[in-house]
Amino acid sequence: MLSYLLATLTFAGIYGMLALGLNVIWGMTGMINLGLAGYFAVGAYASALLTTAAGLPILVGAAIGIAAAAVTGALTARLTLKLRGDYLAIVTLGFGELIRLIAANEIWLTNGSDGIPGIPGPFRSSLSPLEFNALFAAITVFAVAFCWALTERLRRSPYGRALRAIREDETAAAVAGKKVGAMKVQAFALGAALLGLAGVLYAHFTSYIAPDVFRPLLTIYIFLSLTAGGTGNPTGAVLGAVIVVVILEGSRFAEAILPAMSGAGAAALREITIGVLLIVIMRLRPEGLLAERPPKPLGATR
Amino acid sequence: MLDILPQLLVNGIITGTLLAIPAIGFTAIFAVLRFPNFAVASHATIGAFAGYAANVWLGLPAELSLVAAFLVAGLVGVVSDEIALRPLRPYGALTTAIASIALTIVLENVVRLIFGNGLRGYDLPLVRDWRVWDIRIGPQQIENFALALILMAVVFAALRFSRIGKAMRAVADNPALAELKGIDPVRIGRLTAFFGMGLVGAGGMLLGLGTSIDPLTGFRFILPIFAAAVVGGLGSIPGAALGAMVVGLGEEVALLVLSPAYKSAVGFMAIVLVLTFRPRGLLGERAY
Repeated sequence: MLSYLLATLTFAGIYGMLALGLNVIWGMTGMINLGLAGYFAVGAYASALLTTAAGLPILVGAAIGIAAAAVTGALTARLTLKLRGDYLAIVTLGFGELIRLIAANEIWLTNGSDGIPGIPGPFRSSLSPLEFNALFAAITVFAVAFCWALTERLRRSPYGRALRAIREDETAAAVAGKKVGAMKVQAFALGAALLGLAGVLYAHFTSYIAPDVFRPLLTIYIFLSLTAGGTGNPTGAVLGAVIVVVILEGSRFAEAILPAMSGAGAAALREITIGVLLIVIMRLRPEGLLAERPPKPLGATR
Repeated sequence: MLDILPQLLVNGIITGTLLAIPAIGFTAIFAVLRFPNFAVASHATIGAFAGYAANVWLGLPAELSLVAAFLVAGLVGVVSDEIALRPLRPYGALTTAIASIALTIVLENVVRLIFGNGLRGYDLPLVRDWRVWDIRIGPQQIENFALALILMAVVFAALRFSRIGKAMRAVADNPALAELKGIDPVRIGRLTAFFGMGLVGAGGMLLGLGTSIDPLTGFRFILPIFAAAVVGGLGSIPGAALGAMVVGLGEEVALLVLSPAYKSAVGFMAIVLVLTFRPRGLLGERAY
């Protein structure tokens, strides 16, 4: 049971990391990203391949995985710089699907839909499963705390203020002398790096990845996390992710209590619940549980 | 290798014509309601399954089943839009677009609850393919092609000559001016949701007739549908028809160099190319 709780905590952390990444891109800068599962996959696959096929140490694989996701993000942003939001929505959705297609079909590289098994985890061989879960939960919590602090600091900085200005009115931000294009690319790359880091954590924790993990449904889970928690607010992003994971895991217990709701039917009901929740929250409390408030500037005395 | 080119071109023209139906539905909704409605995925699936129910459970022929696909998808479209999406439109196009993905997940899983996950095939008479020179073509393909052309002719005639069609174009062109002239934008929005999603549903069934269908059918067509609309010019109805032809032909001709698994990536590449070099699409964004 403890092992299960630790695993759930790790998944909550991974979702939290994804929500933090989306928060930089969508919440703080206002660029929509419906392909976030794609950046998650880039991080996961890069690190998994480098540590299995190429046999590199996990830290090196992780660093390259994060960098690969960031570069992919920067390229996406660069290519779509002039696009209106509705076009960006379509392009990013297509990007996520393209990554999944590549993962499913380039069998020489990704082993296709069979996925990559046996991805190493830190000290996995010398620890008991419980100890490993505890270690990994600690690593994940630390990583999320670090990225939370990073993006919270970013939000309070003049840079974060400029990103918000771009979100609210790009033209006005440009008139005020902000380098809108460069900042959008940087923000997208930073957000994608966090998404990639989430992928790295996922791959080395579960030791197995396959294209099915990176379904568009994941994108909805993360948008729900961020919207429920409070778009634009890193604390809200993490809180929302925890709530979504509790709902997802809680529905498994509901399944055990109501045996009639099993298998495919239960999965369908769970997805319906998530979709309905997202729409209801957007309708009733669009600012989320923790609304974004103008942050206190750095160094201000209370 | 080039000897299969005529076959690929014929396949491409047929795919392009079928694809035009849901693409017109999607782009019409964009033109009037001003957001990319990702719920086209589930509505194409709903149309395909409504047609399946009419065809297999009620024993109706394909043509009448297509009417059922249109009506059911259109009704679900207008009701779900009214409940889930219309209240969110004041928050902006992107918020509504995100909600439309949530909506598509909900509807897709409702289909899954009713029909299960398995593959289902339509009940169609088995007929031998025709061979003209070296080109194989099925009579069912010809029929689907003809049905799609008829649907398209009806759409264009309705937009041009009917009061509702003219009103839709007016709202798409200039909502404020249309409202001044006494056109109720909410009513036109509902009609657009009905006819647009009806077309998407009919298109889902037409595309599904060639293969078997499952709850993810609509999602598989979402990239080519978006690609058709974006290539032609988002919000332009003739553009969607032209874009669908480009994407349909592109998907087939690409088979000369790409593995069939990457068919739907062709749509994505078309989107990126067009947006890079001609951001408003081939025909611009004017609705008609």
